[in-house]
Amino acid sequence: MAEMDTSSSGGKKGPGVKKGKKLSTRIDLTPMVDLGFLLITFFMYTTTLARPKTMEINMPYKDPKLKQEDQNKLKASVALTVLLSKNGHIYYYEGIGDDPNKPPELKGTNRKAFRQVIIDKMKSVADMKASGALGVKDETTVLIKPDTTSTYGDLVGMLDEMTIDDVKVYAIIDITDIEQGFIKETEVANGIK
Amino acid sequence: MPHASLPRKSTHIDMTAMCDVAFLLLTFFMLATKFKPPEPVVVSTPKSISDIPLPDKDIMLLTVDTRGRIFFAIDNRNMRNDLIESINSKKALNLTKEEKAAFTVDASEGIPFSMLKGYLGSTPEQQKAAEVNAPGIPADTAVLAPNNDLAVWILAARETNPGLRICIKADGKASYPSVQKIIKTLEGYKIFKFNLITDLEPVPPGTARYADIHSAEVKK
Repeated sequence: MAEMDTSSSGGKKGPGVKKGKKLSTRIDLTPMVDLGFLLITFFMYTTTLARPKTMEINMPYKDPKLKQEDQNKLKASVALTVLLSKNGHIYYYEGIGDDPNKPPELKGTNRKAFRQVIIDKMKSVADMKASGALGVKDETTVLIKPDTTSTYGDLVGMLDEMTIDDVKVYAIIDITDIEQGFIKETEVANGIK
Repeated sequence: MPHASLPRKSTHIDMTAMCDVAFLLLTFFMLATKFKPPEPVVVSTPKSISDIPLPDKDIMLLTVDTRGRIFFAIDNRNMRNDLIESINSKKALNLTKEEKAAFTVDASEGIPFSMLKGYLGSTPEQQKAAEVNAPGIPADTAVLAPNNDLAVWILAARETNPGLRICIKADGKASYPSVQKIIKTLEGYKIFKFNLITDLEPVPPGTARYADIHSAEVKK
């Protein structure tokens, strides 16, 4: 296809007319094929890999008309409250910290070590379910409370951690002033600035 | 001993056919590639193991950069036309026909309504320059706050297309309060389901999710 028939069909030129040297018109197409496939590879990668991935999130439904007593009360024994603070610091405590006489004891950690905390919590809830201390419908619930110094990356990291550890129930909740105070106290106590 | 001589064959293969195929495929991929729309700011999204792909169309993209500036974009041009009409009447901006047309072809917005008329009236070069120093769309945790421009954008966009999916593309270093403003505004409109755009990372081994995926594979 790429070559042409260049052999002259025996047409005699006059005597003394020199024949030009015949050059082959065959072109080696190998480099061109190489280039073609290289570009194909590039375009294939850019089309399939450029699709951004998303994380779907469902926020808890809030209805201002819903009365306080109609809401389901979360059992303190299944709850784990996580406070996200600056520089990726994570503070957590068991329960929901609603007892004013007994302030929760904050423990500091980072994301890597936090996985074990969740796993332990889920295990203890599963044990309590097995022993009948909790109902069948009770699930480990993680309350994520990012404070004002935390970043969006911290939040996504924590939400991702919920998926990784298969926590079924979790929610993003506004941090309270009291909890902000707890973080401050813990930071002062541990010498974090 | 008589030597059986095989006829020598050339080792050259005609590459023409292969070349044709290569370029045919190349043309296909080039035409099928949809290039990324221009982005107002560079955003490096945080990583997650979530692998749900972003829907192709009908998305409202709210971009948040490291400084917490919010940018608003929707993809469909026809919808942009309806949207600016709606914004124009809602906010009484008195936009001219040319300014509305400028909005239709623009990619994203990151300025308060008070600056919108001046921005759309300027040349594309000036718009580009203005985008670099854009203050971002003002937002607030209360939907009905008078300075919550973002709420007006969201409401108008949802009115033009109720099936619009809301995607938040925020930088990992963006502070939580700036993202919280968006989440609270959405909650104010009773939008509790939305997407966060993240980068894909592998599931760490030894975790519940990892075990889940693997047991599913074994069953197959």
